[in-house]
Amino acid sequence: MVPFLACVLLLLIGLYMIVLKRNLIKVVIGFSLMEYAVNLFFALVGFKREGLAPIITQAAQPRNFVDPVPQALVLTSIVIGLSTTALMLALVMRIYEKFGTFDISEIRRLKG
Amino acid sequence: MRFNFLPLFVAVPLMGAFLTPLLSKLWQGLADIVANAAGVFLLGLSVFGLVSLGTGASPLVYWAGGWGPRAGLPPLGIAMVYDPLTALVVLATNIVGFCALFYSLRYMNGYTAKWKFYTLFLLILAGLNGLVVSGDLFNMFVFLEISSVASYGLVAFGTEHEELEAAFKYMVLGEIGGMSILFGIALIYARASTLNLADLSGQIAAWGHNPFFWFVIATLLVGFAIKMAMVPFHSWLPDAHPAAPAPVSALLSGIFIKVAGVYSLCRLMFNVFGLTRENAAPFFNLLLGFGVLSIVVGGLLAFAQRDYKRLLAYSSISQVGYILIGLGIGNFWGIAGALFHLLAHALSKGLLFLAAGSVESQTGTRDMGKLSGLERSMPATSWSHLFGTLSLAGVPPFAGFFSKLFIVLGAIQSRMFWLAIVAVIFSVVTLGYLTKVVNMVFFVQQGKEPTRAREAPATMVVAMVLLALLTVAIGIGFRPVLDYLVWPAAQVLLNGLSYARMVLGG
Repeated sequence: MVPFLACVLLLLIGLYMIVLKRNLIKVVIGFSLMEYAVNLFFALVGFKREGLAPIITQAAQPRNFVDPVPQALVLTSIVIGLSTTALMLALVMRIYEKFGTFDISEIRRLKG
Repeated sequence: MRFNFLPLFVAVPLMGAFLTPLLSKLWQGLADIVANAAGVFLLGLSVFGLVSLGTGASPLVYWAGGWGPRAGLPPLGIAMVYDPLTALVVLATNIVGFCALFYSLRYMNGYTAKWKFYTLFLLILAGLNGLVVSGDLFNMFVFLEISSVASYGLVAFGTEHEELEAAFKYMVLGEIGGMSILFGIALIYARASTLNLADLSGQIAAWGHNPFFWFVIATLLVGFAIKMAMVPFHSWLPDAHPAAPAPVSALLSGIFIKVAGVYSLCRLMFNVFGLTRENAAPFFNLLLGFGVLSIVVGGLLAFAQRDYKRLLAYSSISQVGYILIGLGIGNFWGIAGALFHLLAHALSKGLLFLAAGSVESQTGTRDMGKLSGLERSMPATSWSHLFGTLSLAGVPPFAGFFSKLFIVLGAIQSRMFWLAIVAVIFSVVTLGYLTKVVNMVFFVQQGKEPTRAREAPATMVVAMVLLALLTVAIGIGFRPVLDYLVWPAAQVLLNGLSYARMVLGG
């Protein structure tokens, strides 16, 4: 139970940073935290105490295996996360070139 | 054994996306040819698919790597499913995708690095087509992210102040939505240990409607609500859609919000979670509430805009509200109306954004106060814009009239008269703000000099006229469209959990 609560805590820290931080770089860091939280949660879903790597051998009993599917999915979602973080940082760099600041409250040309 | 063409929906645009940068090094024109060939192929494939599906034939299922269901075992591989609902959404996607690609032949000459545009555009198409044909939950998420990430890049394509700011805002909200969906998928997997939609629906049916069930639905709903710009989550759309180049706005507003948001939501809620008006009335009332809120807020804010494309973007929020109330009504006419509106709005809003793009590229402004009397100099653009307006506002005999009529019929059938009244009133409001554009920009001169401009180049005009003719054709020939396209698709949603039997066979 504790690891799951830690995930939720990490998720909330990330959300807090995205919503309340004014520095764009910190917003991106908040994103990465949220992403880690969800990925960690997904990996924990397949976790099994004293489980084995899911490779079929003579000795291993199939019922001791860790579920391999979440691991494969998390790998995919890490790659997606990598590309979104890279794109986001690229956007932040271009914004800095144009506006000369990372402060979100000074970057307000568009009205809601 | 029928010819199984489903992987081509993803493979062809992906191949096109990665061939364009390579081939454009040889000769710039090759990028145009490859991208448009991919567009034509996708359109042909979706028409072929529709024809091969026929009226009563069983849907097509493709199991990646041949890992289909074996006796007594759950399906292991990734499934792709082509049923009438898929056929409808894929057809709408590829019509707008094809027109937008053809339009950008000349339009995108105004930007540098056209091949980058083609690459990202084909990636969006690959993602959307993949999302619709996918029969696997995680696969849906991956395709959703492919098209989302490509669309963030395209919104920032102009790399000016507004574009960058809009793209960042869009990306922050869009990714929160994506993360929420991923979290929902993790929760589902934790309980059901399967990702195949058909297999999943059997597992979920055993849970009953407990708090966990509703919590999963809430996380998914938040994610899809952000993607479809439902009203409390809409703030990114009026910035992002106008900032993108016109063909991209047409695809994002016409297709993206509906495929990524509405299609995924109704596929999961009806076919996987098995919700119906009878067993989950609160959920459907929630959809009705959000739908009405979207219609009202989007419609009223659209009135206040001076920026041409921004007005159209607010109108998209309002029209997605119509689709939501159609789904929320939850009876046959409501759902058929929602799906018909999905098609009608995709064509008309795509058309309106393309017309807006050609006005912007020929006159250099999108401020409606600075334009007047363009009908003299740009007749083709003006008249196609008028057709789009009439269709969107629901004037007979255009496509939008029948979709709104069915939604109102559905509301009356379920004895929700207030809903029918709201839908009719805001249909008039839609006509009001769109007529404002038509008058200010195209047909009335208001004592000002008509703006001097030249008609848009031929390829752009062809793309617009094609969409304009389609809105009329679908309106006049609504009966066959209804019989062959919309009714079977609505049946898929209404039959709910029988989706599983259909996919797994037997």
